Amino acid sequence: MVSGKGGTGKTTVAAALALALATEGKRTLLVEVEGRQGIAQLFETEALPYEERKIAVASGGGEVFALAIDAERALLDYLQMFYKLGSAGRALKKLGAIDFATTIAPGVRDVLLTGKACEAVRRRTKQGSYAYDYVIMDAPPTGRITRFLNVNDEVAGLAKFGPIYNQAQAVMRVLKSPQTAVHLVTLLEEMPVQETADGVAELRGADLPVGSVIVNMVRPHLLDEQAVNSAAGDRRTEIAKTLTTAGVSGAAKLVTPLLEQAADHAQRVSLEREQRVALNRLELPSYELPLLSEGVDLAGLYQLSKELRKQGTGT
Amino acid sequence: MTVDASAKPLEVDPLIDDPATRIIVCCGSGGVGKTTTAAALGVRAAERGRHVVVLTIDPARRLAQSLGIDSLDNTPRRVKGIEGDGESSAGQLHAMMLDMKRTFDEFVEAHADGERARAILDNPFYQSLSAGFAGTQEYMAMEKLGQLRARDEWDLIIVDTPPSRSALDFLDAPKRLGSFLDGKFIKLLVTPAKMGGRAGMKFLNVGMTMMTGTLGKLLGGQLLRDVQTFVSAMDTMFGGFRTRADATYRLLQAPGTAFLVVAAPERDALREAAYFVERLAEEEMPLAGLVLNRVHGSRAVQLSAERALAAAEILAPEITSENSDGGGIVDQRGGKTGVREATGASPEPPPVSHAPAHNPQHEKTPQDTVRTAHQSDDAPVTTEVVPPPADHTAEHLTAGLLRLHAERMQVLAREQRTRDRFTALHPEVAVVQVTALPGDVHDLAGLRAIGDQLAGAGESPAAP
Repeated sequence: MVSGKGGTGKTTVAAALALALATEGKRTLLVEVEGRQGIAQLFETEALPYEERKIAVASGGGEVFALAIDAERALLDYLQMFYKLGSAGRALKKLGAIDFATTIAPGVRDVLLTGKACEAVRRRTKQGSYAYDYVIMDAPPTGRITRFLNVNDEVAGLAKFGPIYNQAQAVMRVLKSPQTAVHLVTLLEEMPVQETADGVAELRGADLPVGSVIVNMVRPHLLDEQAVNSAAGDRRTEIAKTLTTAGVSGAAKLVTPLLEQAADHAQRVSLEREQRVALNRLELPSYELPLLSEGVDLAGLYQLSKELRKQGTGT
Repeated sequence: MTVDASAKPLEVDPLIDDPATRIIVCCGSGGVGKTTTAAALGVRAAERGRHVVVLTIDPARRLAQSLGIDSLDNTPRRVKGIEGDGESSAGQLHAMMLDMKRTFDEFVEAHADGERARAILDNPFYQSLSAGFAGTQEYMAMEKLGQLRARDEWDLIIVDTPPSRSALDFLDAPKRLGSFLDGKFIKLLVTPAKMGGRAGMKFLNVGMTMMTGTLGKLLGGQLLRDVQTFVSAMDTMFGGFRTRADATYRLLQAPGTAFLVVAAPERDALREAAYFVERLAEEEMPLAGLVLNRVHGSRAVQLSAERALAAAEILAPEITSENSDGGGIVDQRGGKTGVREATGASPEPPPVSHAPAHNPQHEKTPQDTVRTAHQSDDAPVTTEVVPPPADHTAEHLTAGLLRLHAERMQVLAREQRTRDRFTALHPEVAVVQVTALPGDVHDLAGLRAIGDQLAGAGESPAAP
C-alpha cells in the first residue's frame, strides 16, 4: 500500500515500486482505486479498463500489470458471483442501487476496492504459485488511509453478517498480516512530514502494518551552510574575481543574487535537516528518491525504480 | 510578481476590494497551498477594510497558529493583529475549520425537535454518514458556506476546498450525495407501499422487493432498516438534500462569487487546474484567475544553466567527476534519514549508467548529483565524507554557487514550460505567481508577505 499527502507523488512512487519489485521475472500488479487514471498517464498509455493488463516490462524480464478498480463494477461482479443476478443487476443499476451501495453505504466501497486487491494477492496460477509476486496499491492519501484500510471496523457497525461482512473479515486478515505493508510517501517539508507522523500513529493505533517512509523529490545539497556564511561575509570581491576567471561576464552583478540563492538553499537545507530528524523519530526504514528536474516521464519512472532497487527494495 | 507576457496578470486587490465580491472559493488539487492562499487572502482583505471569514477545511496546525489561533474549530474565531494598511482602516478577520460531523449534527438539531433529532443522531447509518463519508465533507463544506452566507455577518467569505484527489470532487460530491439521499432508490426504499396501487408500478414493486432482499442479504438487513428510518426522518424535515445542494450550487453561480484556481507549477497540478477551468466555464461559474504557487525565480537569469555549469567545471572540475562527492553533499550526512540496513544488503553495484556525465554540457542534470549522493551513501566507492578544507577556497565556493544557480535555472525552465502549456490552452485565464518559500508560513507577517505577492506587490525575484 502506498499512501502519502496530496502532492507528494504517491502515484509515481507506487508505479516506481511496482517496476522496482518486478525484477528477475517477477510479476507485479499495480492497482489504482481512485478512478483518476493516474497510472495510465504515468505509463503513457490509454485509460486502463477494469481488467488487469500488462503495462510495462522491467529490466531483467519482470512484468508490471495494472488495474484500475471500479467499485461499481466490482459490486456487480460480486452480485453476479453470489446471486447470479443477470439482468436484475442492470435493473439495480438503473435504479441507483449500485451507486447507493458503492458510494453511500459506509465502508462498502472500500471493502470492494481492498477486496479486489486482496483477491489478486491470494490468487494462484494452475501450477500453484502466486499469480503475482507483489500487489502494489496506489492507495488514498494519508489523511484517509487508516479509515480506508480498517474496513472491518467501518463495516462491522453496519453489516453484521452477509457477504460484505465476510468479505471485510477476509480482507482484514490479509491487511493485518505480515504480507502487507503501508508505505508513506513524503517530502522534506513540514506539513507532509507532520502528516506522515500522524498517519503512522493512526496506522499503528489500528494495528495496521507500517512499512517504510519514502522521501520523494529530494533535491541535491550543493553547498553547505558554513560555506554560504563565509561567502556572504567578506568574500564577495574574491567570488566576483573567481567568476570572471571562470569566464563569466558581468560577475559584479551576479554576486548578490548568487549569494541570495545560496542563502535560500542553506535555509532549505537546515529546514530539511529538521524534517529528517522528525522522520528519524518514526524509527522506520526509509528510502529517498531524487527530484527529477524534467518532471516524471516514463524514463524518469525507470530511473526512480532503479533508485529504489539500489536502495534495497525487493531484496 | 512578473508574469510572462502571454498570460494576463490576475489583479487580486480589485477583486477583494470590490464590495460586490461576497464569496471567494479557492480550489485546486491537494498539496498546492490552497489553505495558505485562502488565509493570506483573508488577512489582506481584512487589512484593506473587509469583514472577512475564512472557512478552512483541513488546515495544518501551523497555519492555525499563524493566524494566532491554537486550534481552529467549527465556530468562526476572531483573528487578532489585523491592522489597517494605511489607506483604509482595518476590517475584521475570523477563521474557522469545518468540522463536518459537528456541522451535520447542528444541522439536524436545528431542524428537528429534541426527540426526533436524538433518533437521527443515534441512527448508526447517520453516524457513519456524518463521520466522513465520500462526499460528506464536500456537502458539509457547502452547507457551512450557505449558513455563513445566510448569517450575513461578514461581507466576504473565503472558502478553502476539501483536500481531494480531484479538484472537481468539490463541485460534484454535494450533488452526488444529495441525489443519492433524494434519489429514486432511497425513495423506493422509504415508500414502497405507495407504489403498490398503481398498475404501471407493479413491476417495480416486485423488483423492489427482490432488490431490497438482495441488498439486505448483501449489506445486512439492519443497515437497510437504518437507512430507511434515517431517510424518512430527514426527508420530512428538510425538504430534501438535493434541494439544499442545488441551492448552494446556485450560490456558487451567483454574481458576487469568484473562483480562484490554485496550482503549483507542476504538470499534474496544472492539468487538474485546466480541468477545473473548463468545468467552471461549463457551469457558468465565475473564474477570477489562477494562483500559481511555489514558483521559483532568480535575479540572475542572465546567466544560463549551461554557462554556469561550464564555469563551475572550470573552477572545480572534480566535483562532477565520478567519485568525488566532497563539496556540496557533505551536508546531507548529518541528518540522513533513518535506517538503511536494507541498503547495505543490496547485491547490486550501482549501475554504471548512473555515473554523472563527465561533460557537463551533456545531460548533466541536478538529479545526477543527487544520485551521486546516494551512491556515495550506499556503495562503498566513496568513504571519505569529511569535506576537505579545500571546499572553502574561492574556487570551490564559487563553483558551488554556480551549480546551485544552474539547478535553479533548470527548475525555472521546467516551470516555465509547464506554465506555457497551461497558458497555451487557456490564454483567457489571468495568472498571478507566488514565489516558493524555503519554509512554511508561521505568522501573520508570513501571510501578509504572501498577500503582497498575490496582489503583485511582493518583493520577489523575477521570473525568466
